Order: sequence, then structure tokens, then C-alpha cells
Amino acid sequence: MLREIRPAIVLLVALTVITGLAYPLAMTGIAGVLFPSQAQGSLIVKDGKVIGSALIGQEFRDDRYFHGRLSATVAPDPNDSTKTVSAPYNAANSGGSNLGPTSKALADRLNEDVDKLKADNPGQPVPLDLVTTSGSGLDPHISPEAAQFQVQRVAKARSMPEETLRQIVAANTEGRLLGLIGEPRVNVLALNLALDRAAK
Amino acid sequence: MTVIGWLQIIFFCVIILALAKPLGWYMTRVFNGERTFLSPVLRPVETGLYWISGVDEKREQHWLTYTVSMLLFHVGGFLIIYGLMRLQAVLPFNPAGQSAVAEDLSFNTAISFITNTNWQNYGGESTLSYLVQMVGLTHQNFLSAATGIVLALALIRGFARASVRTVGNFWVDVTRCTLYVLLPICIIYTLFLVWDGIPQTLGAYVEATTLEGAKQTIAVGPVASQVAIKMLGTNGGGFFNANAAHPFENPTALSNFVQMISIFALGAALTNVFGRMVGNQRQGWAILAVMGVLFLAGVAITYWAEASGTSTLQALGLTGGNMEGKEVRFGIVASSLFAVITTAASCGAVNAMHDSFTALGGMIPLINIQLGEIIVGGVGAGMYGMLLFVVLAIFVAGLMVGRTPEYVGKKIEAREVKMAMLAILVLPLMILGWTAVAVVLPSAVASMANAGPHGFSEALYAYTSQTGNNGSAFAGLTGNTLFYNVTGGVSMFVGRFFMIVPAMAIAGSLAEKKSIPPSMGTFPTTGGLFVGLVVGVILIMGGLTFFPALALGPIVEHLAMNAGQVF
Repeated sequence: MLREIRPAIVLLVALTVITGLAYPLAMTGIAGVLFPSQAQGSLIVKDGKVIGSALIGQEFRDDRYFHGRLSATVAPDPNDSTKTVSAPYNAANSGGSNLGPTSKALADRLNEDVDKLKADNPGQPVPLDLVTTSGSGLDPHISPEAAQFQVQRVAKARSMPEETLRQIVAANTEGRLLGLIGEPRVNVLALNLALDRAAK
Repeated sequence: MTVIGWLQIIFFCVIILALAKPLGWYMTRVFNGERTFLSPVLRPVETGLYWISGVDEKREQHWLTYTVSMLLFHVGGFLIIYGLMRLQAVLPFNPAGQSAVAEDLSFNTAISFITNTNWQNYGGESTLSYLVQMVGLTHQNFLSAATGIVLALALIRGFARASVRTVGNFWVDVTRCTLYVLLPICIIYTLFLVWDGIPQTLGAYVEATTLEGAKQTIAVGPVASQVAIKMLGTNGGGFFNANAAHPFENPTALSNFVQMISIFALGAALTNVFGRMVGNQRQGWAILAVMGVLFLAGVAITYWAEASGTSTLQALGLTGGNMEGKEVRFGIVASSLFAVITTAASCGAVNAMHDSFTALGGMIPLINIQLGEIIVGGVGAGMYGMLLFVVLAIFVAGLMVGRTPEYVGKKIEAREVKMAMLAILVLPLMILGWTAVAVVLPSAVASMANAGPHGFSEALYAYTSQTGNNGSAFAGLTGNTLFYNVTGGVSMFVGRFFMIVPAMAIAGSLAEKKSIPPSMGTFPTTGGLFVGLVVGVILIMGGLTFFPALALGPIVEHLAMNAGQVF
């Protein structure tokens, strides 16, 4: 058995260097050359400033913008580091609500949000994805139905014709891959950027 | 449930079936020490590694030496991860300035990664430096996966060989598996993932000013290289807290689909390796059929449950299923499918929060792990787990007709059956034992995020996942406490090694036996009767052991939900 100690140490160190250092560092170098934008996080730069990532959702509260999904991410409480406070779309601490199907907290939240959306948009069915939190808290997408649902509000806030907005939503809707894989979706940040461009 | 949803599921199954044979062919060549198309590049590296470590690649090991080598290798891996986590504050590649990780969390995490569990009581982006993610975790993702595969290989050799005392050389197997199988696939896979949008950078977290003028700190890092091996090696430990739900770990429907395939690819191919090594590929297909039956049953139930939604959602007129904790780009079907795959294999990556699944939708992942993750399973671990059940099923069949049971030419005798039972009984001991302790300790109960039966499910899931070396979670549970860190670490250790050692003992004892040719009275192990028998044994064993606990958690919760009760 003693003869197994040398390979245990030497092979472990050698394979650690290969898989733990050489592999990720080489991949970082190659990816940086081949796909520099993606490797950095698909950042969107506007007027020389980073305004976000094309893949990471951000919070929209203004009536003039389309809103994304609810986010359950948190941040450390500045007053008490053992506690956390709600911080939607915190891209440095991803996570979901983890509320279960029989959670009273979840039922109360759903009731409140559905009532509010119904009051603001009478007569329209409330889209499921607008009242549920995403798994990552950073979901960049909403369903096409959830985008259409908000057209009326955004049109009013921006004094733009609804028809123009519906066209912008349609132009920013992605379908299923090969017509089969994934779900139809709208990237909220891309949609709002398109909206700002159209409004100019 | 929709037609297009089921088409996605069928498409997935077709690709896995199509990959099993060519991958099985290639892996068999690698483990038999034959030349492959990569040999011109990799052979010099391989011989160099043997030279510096003093390994004689011609010298084979007894099963006990093989097992001890594996254990020594893991002790070293544990020390590396533990040391790096404790010292990360003063080491390089730490642009976010993460401070040293506490003793109990480092202990839990180190065990978690050497056992291929990747249970995470921490949030990656808020706790670990890039150095720990790369040298500590990415490297162990490779080595724990390679270890799982070569242990399955040793057991397969036990069945395939006759009248010999050795089962292979651990060092040679691990080296070849890492160099010829895992690394080449991961290199191509990483580049694909970066192309698809996953970051791969050593730069610091990005400060962005959002369209509405708010500040957003965006965590990045060398993500793609770790995601590739976490999926291929069924490790499952996320770079970020939200794991494969995070858009940077799983940006598109395409990346999601490829990740699901990569979880199952090697595990499914190992059934073909088994068939090839015992000289009849149909033996491998029969085992894959057992896995397929259990898998599709699980997918159907979870998909149905998630598409049906919860009574709270239905009462509010919200249609379309249960989207709490799920991402829009995956939707109901890809989230349900992923959850079943990740728990059938011992991956544990999640693309939706299992804690927010419906009661029955979340029960299937629990059952998958409790059955021992033998449905394709963790790379290697699933295969040897499944072979343990096959030994039991063959034994039961032998009892029915009063013949000495045989499997692929080997007599299954008292020693094999005892060892198989020992390995299988370790799971309930850890899972049910620690859950029982957790629900009577007030401090452990305080960690549960949900009240009522769902809180019980959270603790049950935590010990199930850790003992089964899965790593997924009902993540509401606050696992980063002294109690959960230590008991979870023990569960992961026992769940891995107390299964491996008996499995290796079986490998050794089988290898020494003579091979007997099939006769008229041999029970055929390539047909539907055999598949049905093994499925039956798995479900009866799992049912008898875990049904009472499931009744207290998900089943009671489902009934409460239908009665409109909330907690």
C-alpha cells in the first residue's frame, strides 16, 4: 500500500494543475480571443457607459418602460450584517423565493399582486409570469403575453400609439429554437432600449 | 401538458439513445488501453504523468489496493479544497475581495466536492474567490467524476473477467479518463458555452448603471469552463448561487438543452461500455431500458404536476402551470425535464427552484435520489448503483425458482448479496436518521424557510440530496449552520464511501470467480421479463424504505393544497 502514496500526491498535484489551472486559464485566453463580447458578460455599452448585460435582467418600475418579472434576490442589511434586505435584480447574489406551494407568504403575495394588476388593467387576464418570481431573480425575459399586457400602460405614459408598441414587441419576440426547443419570450432590456430608440 | 412539450422530451431521449453507442465504443477503447484518435497528442502527456508519479501502467491492483488508492486520492483532494477556502483572502485571483470561509462551511464544501455531491451551503458569487472556483472546485469536478467512472469500470471488469485477482490500476484509469474522455469534451463544450453567452473572464465584477439609473453589480468570472465539467461530470455545483437558472450559467434554450444532454451522456454510454465488456451489448441495452422506464414515469408525473399548477394559482385564475421559481426561457416543460434529469443522474444542478415546485412535482426528484440515483445516475455511481440492484433482482429471481442465480456468466452468491444489501441500506440510515434528528432539534427546525409539511420536505430533501451525493436542494433551508454543515458532511461521506467499498468488494470477488457458459436453465437478462423484475425490485425497495417519510412530506402537502390549506 505504501507504494500508492507517491502517485496519490504527485498525480493529484499534476492533475490539479492541468484541470484546475491550465484548463480554465487556457479557456479564458482562447474564449477571450474568439468570443470577446460573450466572455466579458455580453455587456451593453451606451454613451461609453455600461448599462447592463444583454443576458441579465434589471429592475424597471417606471410606467414608461416594460416591467420584468418579480425578483426575490436579497442583499446584506447595511445596518445588521447578519440579516438581509430585499434587493430586486441583485446580480451579485442570485436566487429565488423558495416559497413552496402551500406557503401562506406566497399566497398573500400572489393575491396582492393579482389584485393590483387587475385594477390597473381591467378586463385582461393577468399573465402568470408577471406575478411569479424567477428562479435566478435575474430573468431577463417575459412572455409575449406579459409584454402585450403592458402595452396599454406604456402607450399612455409615453403618448405613443399602441399599434407602434405592439410592432416593437413583435419585433423583439424570440421564438422556439427549430420551432421546438424553449419557450417564446421577450428580452425586457432589449425591448426597452428599442422603445427609447423609437421614441427619439 | 402540451404536444410541443412532449416533443421536446422525446427529442431529448432520441439524442441520448443515439449517443450511447458511439460514446460507449470510444470509452471502451480508452479503458482497454487501446489507441484512439487523440493518442498522438495525449499519449506523451499520459506517459509523462506516469513517469513523474512512479506509476507502472502494466501493474494491476487487487480490489483492496484499488480502493485504498482511491481513498488516498480523496484525502488529498479534501485537504486542497479545505486549505484554499480557509486561505483564499491572502491568495491571488480574488478581485471581489472574498474573505476566508468558516471552518464548518469549508468542511462541508470540501466533502461535498470530493464526493461528487456539490451540495452548496454558500452562494458562489458572494463567498468564493476565482482561485477556489478553479483550483479547488473545477479540478475536483474532474477528479470526482473520473473516480466515479473508474469505480464503475472496476465493477464492470469484475463481471467481465474470470479467475483473476486484479480489477485494473486506479491511477491509470483516472489519468486516462481525465485526459481522453473528460478534458477533450470539456474544451469543445466550454467554447460552445462561451459562444452561447456564458462569461469566461478573470476580470472583476462589472458595475453597471441601469436604464432607470440604478446601480447594478454584475458578477462574472471563469464560469464556462466550470459549467462544462459540472454538467458532463454530473457534479452540479453552480458557479453562482442560482446555479443553472442563472442566465450566465444557462443563457438560452439551446444551452439548456445541451446541458441536459451532457448530464446523461456519459452515464448512458456506460451501460454500453458494460455490454461491450461482458461481450453482449444487449446486456447494456437491458439496463438502459430499466433506467428509461423509471425516467419516463418520473418525467410524466413532474411535468403533469407542474403544468397543473397549485390551487392558489388556480383560485386566482392564473393559467399555465406553476411558474414560481422558474425562468421564462425554459418554461414549464424544460424546467420539469431538467429537474428529473438532474436528480435521476446525481448531478444536482438546477434550472428552476425545486423548493417552489408543486408537492408532487417536487416529490419525484426526492424519489429519484432516494432510489439511489440509478436512473442513468452520476457518472459511474449510477452504473455501480444499478448493478447492485441487478444483483438483488437476480438473487430474488433465483429464490423464486430455486436455482443459484447467475448474471452475465457469474454466480451470484451470499457474499455479493450481503455486500449489495449493505451498500443499499446505508442510504436510508443517513437520510431518515438525520431527518428525524433535524425535525426534533429546535435550532434545526428554525432553518426551514417554509412551515407545515413543506418544511419537513426541506430537511428530508437536504439529507436525501447529500447522502445521495446529488447536491440539488429545496434551497429555502438555511444550510449554513454548524448542525447542517457537520451532519450534511457526514451524510455525504457515508453516502459515497460506504457504497463504494462494498461495491468494490463485489468487484473483487466476482473477478476471482470462474465464468460459466449460459445453459438452458439460465435466466435471460436481456429481455422484458428481466427489465420488469429489476424495475420491480427497485420500486419495492425504495417504496418500503421511504414511503412513510414521503407521506409526511409531499403527499400530505398535496392533500393540504387540494383542501386549500396554507401554512
